[in-house]
Amino acid sequence: MDITANTPAPPPPATRTTGGGTVTRPGDRIFSGLSRGSGILLLVIMGAIAAFLTIRAVNAISKDQGNFFTTFEWNATANPPVFGIAVLAYGTIVSSIIAMIIAVPIAVGIALFISHYAPRRLASPFAYVIDLLAAVPSIVYGLWGALFLVPHLQGLNLWLDHYLGWTVIFDQSNPGTAARSLFTVGILLAIMILPIITNVSREVFRQVPRANEEAALALGATRWEVIRLSVLPFARSGIISASMLGLGRALGETMAVATVLSASPVLSARILDPVGGTFAQNIAAKFNEANDFGRDALIASGLVLFVITLLVNGAARLIIARRKEYSGANA
Amino acid sequence: MQNNSNLCFAVPAGFRKETPKVKLQRKNGVRALTVGAVAISGALLLTACGSDNNTASSNASSSSSSSAGSIKCDGNGQLLASGSTAQQNAMALWVKNYQAACSGTSINYKGVGSGAGIQEFLQGSTAFAGSDSPLKPEEVTASKKICSGGGQAIDLPMVGGPIAVEYNLPGVDSLVLDAPTLAQIFNGKITKWNDAAIKKLNPSATLPSTTIQAFHRSDESGTTDNFTKYLIAAAGKDFPYTGGKAWQAKGGQSAQGSAAVTAQIKQTQGAIGYAELSFATASSVPTVKIDTGASSPVDASTDSATKAIAAAKVVGTGNDLSLKIDYNTKVDGAYPITLVTYEIACDKGNKSATLAATKSFLTYAASDAGQGVLAAQGYAPLPAEVVTKVRSTISSLS
Repeated sequence: MDITANTPAPPPPATRTTGGGTVTRPGDRIFSGLSRGSGILLLVIMGAIAAFLTIRAVNAISKDQGNFFTTFEWNATANPPVFGIAVLAYGTIVSSIIAMIIAVPIAVGIALFISHYAPRRLASPFAYVIDLLAAVPSIVYGLWGALFLVPHLQGLNLWLDHYLGWTVIFDQSNPGTAARSLFTVGILLAIMILPIITNVSREVFRQVPRANEEAALALGATRWEVIRLSVLPFARSGIISASMLGLGRALGETMAVATVLSASPVLSARILDPVGGTFAQNIAAKFNEANDFGRDALIASGLVLFVITLLVNGAARLIIARRKEYSGANA
Repeated sequence: MQNNSNLCFAVPAGFRKETPKVKLQRKNGVRALTVGAVAISGALLLTACGSDNNTASSNASSSSSSSAGSIKCDGNGQLLASGSTAQQNAMALWVKNYQAACSGTSINYKGVGSGAGIQEFLQGSTAFAGSDSPLKPEEVTASKKICSGGGQAIDLPMVGGPIAVEYNLPGVDSLVLDAPTLAQIFNGKITKWNDAAIKKLNPSATLPSTTIQAFHRSDESGTTDNFTKYLIAAAGKDFPYTGGKAWQAKGGQSAQGSAAVTAQIKQTQGAIGYAELSFATASSVPTVKIDTGASSPVDASTDSATKAIAAAKVVGTGNDLSLKIDYNTKVDGAYPITLVTYEIACDKGNKSATLAATKSFLTYAASDAGQGVLAAQGYAPLPAEVVTKVRSTISSLS
């Protein structure tokens, strides 16, 4: 089915010059109206979300008795309310970074395997399996993580603690505690974002102009050199945007994190310790028993996550824009 | 009947996130397969959610035949209520039995949590609320807007339940602890199972030198609130916190919900944690006997919880029947870590459309038949002296 993988990329659509007077038919007008409407609708929705988050958040933050950015604990329903996002921001970013470190190389490897190495008969079933991974609901990942991954990671944690404990990062305060840590969450998130990064990267690899690859081959390059010299440079910005899609999912993942992580208001560099929290996990955990004010406080934390995600996306756009000249994939 | 557990809520979120992937596919075959996969995993999940209910409803059907005869139906239409998840299984059973007898009324109790339940009641969207803790003074004040004609919201104790301290210690079949020891374990002061304080309470047990892994709830919950109230009252300076729905002590690990806490304890050697007794029974996790100073250590059971409620004092004023458990009770066989859940309604000025059905349903819940089905679910029926007061208050609701 994936014969297209090896056929040359289609030439860019010829720009049709409509000579003289332009004729607008009703179909044109309706379609342009519909697509413009969709665009406006998106902006309205984003604006509405931002406005809702801001109004409720300002109300909560103004009554916070702690510092919203540096307080560790989250006790918004107590009287007086004391809550802050320090632990949540740290946990969200650290677990997502771990996920990216694990997932991006593997996903790029899988995508290269499917597009360049796998025999045609193997490539398409293999791609299906990756798609299946994306179809698993996150709560199922959470249950699998809590009931299977956590007990089975204990050995790895002890090994890391023993041999890499001197780095502090892999040091366990109580060796042998259950592996319900940011590290485990990172591994789980990595598995969850694999399919997105793989799929997008695969599509990008497919679009590498056949001529580039053949030119490299004609110069006597091996297959690895073809990939290194023509495929990866062409696809770099595509891989970055694929990774950002994955990162967006990792930052906002809720149920899987809430099920696996042993949340507590402790900020620790030791990523194997069962402490920490993430924005989405904290909202899921506190929402049920929160009063009106507690909900506003949770919404304030949601606003911070919203801003972090915007920043990440903006950074990705910037990188892609700067590398545009190398790439046809995202032009 | 709705089962609003978090697990079931998560389904749409899970699906929503998959949608971008479909866009990436060009071939219809791929799309069909993906849709199939989504359908299959969705079906699996639905079964998982469904089976949660089945255990409760199968028990319910066995007991409904015996109790249906004594229900006095009154009023009809739809009765909305929401609140505590701790009493959700009891509610499910009562609603099922009640609706079997009174086909004119449909009752919908949503387990949204005590805090949200009280909010919804104070907004006037429900007929009554379920809560793990009695109303706060400001909530009573707020209720005067909902209860017309000078009425206010009152607490009616309805279901009790022991909070069991679960542990996982291979080779130790029976473990006795007292309040100060428990407090020090959960506060990170006692870290090894062969600590002298534990040895002193269990002279005959062979205690390993394993590290203690104490588990608490990561979400805010009435269970945490009641458990810490016990530790604060009975352990004094060993548990120097103010208490509340969020866990405050340092150290230990956490999990979201009683089910997850129990699951973690079951799979972690050296673990200890707290959850409602029904969770411990369902997962056959051993529970700690509490040395209260009575003639022998008390096991967590529905009987021992009922005894503790009998020793409680009514602290509510007027029609309010909120109870204060005596956490330092030394009564033989009374298990002190007991939680009482309440139904909250107006004493006067309930909405006329739902008043008759509310009274009729609560009367059934407080009747011998209603209280009689509780023990099988891990709940403690109210003792005779409390339930008499509850019944007379319910009959005076207007």
